[in-house]
Amino acid sequence: MTLDPITLTVIQAGLQQVCDEMDLAFSRAAFSPVIAEANDRSDGIYAAADGALIAQGSAGLPVFVGTMQYSTRTLIEMIVSGDVAAPSPGDIYIVNDPYLGGTHLMDVRFAKPFYRDGKIFCWLSNTGHWPDTGGAVPGGFSASATAVEQEGLRLPPVKLFKQGLLDKEIFFIIRSNIRVAEQRIGDVQAQAAALLVGETRLAALLDRYGDHSVCDAIDELNQRATQQMQNCLHDIPVGTYVAKAFVDSDGVVNKPLTIELSVVKSGHNLVFDFSGSSPPCLGPMNSVRATTYSAVYLAMRHIFPHVPMNAGAFRPFDITGIENTFLDAQYPRPVSGCAAEVSQRIAEAVFAALVDALPDKVTAAPAGTSGNFALGGFDPDRNRDYVMYQISGGGYGGNADHDGLTNGCSTIGISKAPPIEIMEQAYPVLYHHYALHEGSGGAGKHRGGFGLDYEVELRRGQAKASFVMDHGRFGPQGALGGADGGLNKVTVHRNGMAYTPEHLSKEQDIPLCAGDHVHVQTPGGGGYGSPLDRKPSLVLEDVRLGRYSEQQAKDFFGVVFTGTPPIVDTNATQLLRAKKRAI
Amino acid sequence: MADSEDAQGNTIVGVDVGGTFTDLVALSPSGLRLAKVPSTIDNQSKGVLSALKAADCDIAALDLIVHGTTTTTNAVLERKLARTGLITTQGFRDILELGRRTRPQAYGMFGEFKPLIPRDLRLEVPERMDCDGNIITPLDNNAVANAARSLLDRGCEAVVVHFLHAYANPTHEQQAVEVIQSLWPNNYITAGHALLSENREYERGVTAAVNASVQPVLSKYVDRLVRALTDKGYTRDLLIMNGNGGMVRAQHVAKEAAKTVMSGPASGVMAAAFTGRMCSEPNLITYDMGGTSTDVALIRDATPSVSNEIEVEYGLPIHVPMVDVRTVGAGGGSIARINSGGLLEVGPESAGASPGPICYGRGGTEPTISDANFLLGRLRPPNFSGTDESKISRNVRGVMTGQLASALNCSAVEAAAAVVRIANAKMAGAIRMVSLSLGADPRDFALFAFGGAGPLHAADLARELDIPRVVIPARPGLTNALGCVVADLRYDFVRTLNIPLSTLGPNQIASVFSAQIEQGKSMVSKETVTLDRIESILSLDMQFTGQTHLLRVPIDNPAITNAELQSLFERIYFERFHVELPNIQATVVNVNCSIVGHRPPLDLSQLLDRKARAVNLREAQTSTRPVFFDTTWIETPVFSRDAMPAHVSFYGPAILEQMDTTIVVPPGDRVTSDKVGNLILHVGGAL
Repeated sequence: MTLDPITLTVIQAGLQQVCDEMDLAFSRAAFSPVIAEANDRSDGIYAAADGALIAQGSAGLPVFVGTMQYSTRTLIEMIVSGDVAAPSPGDIYIVNDPYLGGTHLMDVRFAKPFYRDGKIFCWLSNTGHWPDTGGAVPGGFSASATAVEQEGLRLPPVKLFKQGLLDKEIFFIIRSNIRVAEQRIGDVQAQAAALLVGETRLAALLDRYGDHSVCDAIDELNQRATQQMQNCLHDIPVGTYVAKAFVDSDGVVNKPLTIELSVVKSGHNLVFDFSGSSPPCLGPMNSVRATTYSAVYLAMRHIFPHVPMNAGAFRPFDITGIENTFLDAQYPRPVSGCAAEVSQRIAEAVFAALVDALPDKVTAAPAGTSGNFALGGFDPDRNRDYVMYQISGGGYGGNADHDGLTNGCSTIGISKAPPIEIMEQAYPVLYHHYALHEGSGGAGKHRGGFGLDYEVELRRGQAKASFVMDHGRFGPQGALGGADGGLNKVTVHRNGMAYTPEHLSKEQDIPLCAGDHVHVQTPGGGGYGSPLDRKPSLVLEDVRLGRYSEQQAKDFFGVVFTGTPPIVDTNATQLLRAKKRAI
Repeated sequence: MADSEDAQGNTIVGVDVGGTFTDLVALSPSGLRLAKVPSTIDNQSKGVLSALKAADCDIAALDLIVHGTTTTTNAVLERKLARTGLITTQGFRDILELGRRTRPQAYGMFGEFKPLIPRDLRLEVPERMDCDGNIITPLDNNAVANAARSLLDRGCEAVVVHFLHAYANPTHEQQAVEVIQSLWPNNYITAGHALLSENREYERGVTAAVNASVQPVLSKYVDRLVRALTDKGYTRDLLIMNGNGGMVRAQHVAKEAAKTVMSGPASGVMAAAFTGRMCSEPNLITYDMGGTSTDVALIRDATPSVSNEIEVEYGLPIHVPMVDVRTVGAGGGSIARINSGGLLEVGPESAGASPGPICYGRGGTEPTISDANFLLGRLRPPNFSGTDESKISRNVRGVMTGQLASALNCSAVEAAAAVVRIANAKMAGAIRMVSLSLGADPRDFALFAFGGAGPLHAADLARELDIPRVVIPARPGLTNALGCVVADLRYDFVRTLNIPLSTLGPNQIASVFSAQIEQGKSMVSKETVTLDRIESILSLDMQFTGQTHLLRVPIDNPAITNAELQSLFERIYFERFHVELPNIQATVVNVNCSIVGHRPPLDLSQLLDRKARAVNLREAQTSTRPVFFDTTWIETPVFSRDAMPAHVSFYGPAILEQMDTTIVVPPGDRVTSDKVGNLILHVGGAL
């Protein structure tokens, strides 16, 4: 039977709607602000046979593009092999094992079999970022763990709900091993409730269009998504495109990790070959297979956002060469940096490789770090322990159309940074400033956006500061002759002495006393096109607004000013630019 | 409080300026007058005056004019703002540019953001409060004076004072405003805490910046309009619509100009709520489909959902209470195309008003939803004359075939039916998401369809959403102007507490409420409009301690105890999310109070001209034409809506045409009328 394209479109919209309603139900009911406000979660529908992605909520966190198909596939395999108990209607499996198709331990996945006529029709699954899953560091973002056991509680797939009822014994095991456990029941219920919404809505869709039609539509939509993606790739000339990206260090051994990527276009497909990348590392900046795959998909989705999200859209991509590299870490390698940092370096490598081939669709590199600064301590006034997270944005890359955005969120996220006023209410801190990181936008015809520059003081008690950031050593890459964006800088002022972490962007548990303060400057975006081609009037505007100093304008853009307030010295600028071009 | 002479029954005029037309509804004992004239966007008062003229209104004899204006909306969206400066806490001038670290869309690394106030007009002064309102650094008055002078030198007309934690202690902001007042040549000074006292510096700052930068624009416009009306002998109050669906006196409106930014869509929703109350349909989903977009809002118990967290566009939150109207995409001009996967897509691109759909004959070349409706016999474009028909029809058919049907391997008519079906599926999905996000199941509501294209699609959408009934008001194309006529006076107050119930004093909430009520009532009592009654609507925004999202809890008795509040919150939380969290303490975040001065109800049946009514349904029929329903053509009766008898009850298929909209009744759906002039479509025919 062939479906008419109209019914196909309507079923496609229907499947998308099921997932979007799951996303909404999860966020609305979740307890954790990470899920409820930051939308650090995702919901989707997965094939019964192999877990292949059928549809995924459009409001999900970008880093989860495609990840759950790997965890669902692993679950199906483990059920077949008998390592996991066989499903019954109403069961929900919980799993957060990074090596079984996951990300970091904090991303907890639920998977529920969806039955029709007594048989599993498909799987519904969702991921939510729990604020804590135990381990050495509250929140789980360790900068120096050397084994996954230090990072938190690791759960293989296990039934948390059995035929609709919460298994309290399993839940109590979990609850006994995580921090702020009393609030987690709210997230567990929300996560399960979202799957129930999915179940109800998907059943209604099947009742309306018939199980066979929907099955046919799923196959057809996969094929069409493949075709759409291949049409997109059509613009890339056959050839090999290479790029590198660097992680500052793994947090334990102070040397850079390298991602070596060559993208090969042949026929209608792209091969992403990562061979030659650094071997698995001692510290937590390893990635796992599912996260590495997802990072590539995420980057391609940033480039072609309109291709529908299903397994077919990823079919034109072949990812190879990750074995024995830090992009395919095996137990017990620590992995807490995979989703927040390494995934963004992988995306940066993809952008850098493809920007020459797709100059209108790809930007210069964005800041690409989640900018985690954690402060954990005891507040004597309130007589309580606390852990504060300051996430931060950075500049986006310049691009064919315009300058990069200032203080955009991480490539893999969509979450907002918390307001300063709420941070100061919740924690014993005082911000000295929260400002534009001047000079950080990578120079280019279209310059990169600017990073963030903030300084925060501990007001009372003692605390420990930890940083999991990146781009302290190498700025986000410029493109087509543009300069790299400004570096991430961390300076800790203790007892009046300035201290720079040995690993620049990563360090665990730096002790602070009241009055000490932390100064963070986040990366700017890479520049796009030669800075010598930037209109002098635009450089003047940036100088007038204090984004660059006159000296920086001269050094980066070859624009010379005269007088106060400055005006462009056209002759001197032409001479200087000619000189710079000749070099 | 009320002016005794301003009794019910005098002439009340509602005049609303939209993107294309300025609409007017005038109600008086002698009857109804309507007008629709082109909007004059640069100086909207010209359009207002010509609407008054077109409706043959004796301006000097009018008792009240209520006005909805898009002056501030346009100023914000087009960034045609007054030059505005910012004076802020040392170290924090970039807050307005940095935002909350976001990007415009989840996927795609492109996008730009332009702050409302440029960096060189954002000046810092020494001062700092902590989060409890304790002074850490005293305010430097000289620095404030110097900053203000410097902004004046740079040509600023308006100024914002925005200090960290001013919601906790506003004294520094107040002190700075005093300093600035002594040397600023006008009243365009906005203090951040004055519009909302909420603890988010970006949102509060942007709201204040919007307010300041549209104040001069709105103020000049209102002055000009008042002058023009006064010249024509008008002596009474001019009231202006706010985004909260209430109205305020023209003299006061500029002070809180930000509140007018989203007033256009709000007034349509207010008209829907009023109509719903009059016809015993208190629970409505409003569906306003125009040429470029569709707006949706939810009304429960005849009260529209209000949000304090509207984002007008990317990075532009305005956090004052506003009717929660969501734009869900498609309009009549949305373009259909075949994507690279061979599937039909509708929107998001739109042919807009110019060139518009092909069937409008104004040079449009892309197939749109309106063209599909035209080809299916559902819609006759405006100013359509018989001679053009075959030519335009050929055009539309040709494009539909060339761009859609050949790729879909079907006929032009089938392609048109597909465009309508997909557009409906998309709109239905979006409407579902809006209602679910507000905790509502669409099946519990009736669909209130208005706007030029709303009634064309309403029955199909209702079927898609399992909504049992569609309400189509007497004047679907004049709903915003009607919203002005029926609007109430309204003042909103929000106070942020952010205190867990365990540490909340026994009378703390009651005392906030009583201060808000007193202030509101004193403001309402200064108005000269006739009021039936004054209502206080109280609510708390609450959350479980540790959460960030808020749930609104309506409060009947301000003297509620903390224990009652905890259990009330738990109950409402469970109803909404089906999650019980009995061991977690609740926190009161905001105390909200709205004082509403209700005006005497109007008789909506006046909206239809009794004289135009035919004696029976047969007489109201103007013609028949073939209309494509589902899979076949059906010769369908066409009626004049205005000629409909007062009481009707009949089954579709039918097409009902009126001045500015077309109603499609699919086969088997039943149409009835009600006492206030609405038509009700009963989906599936059941009554």
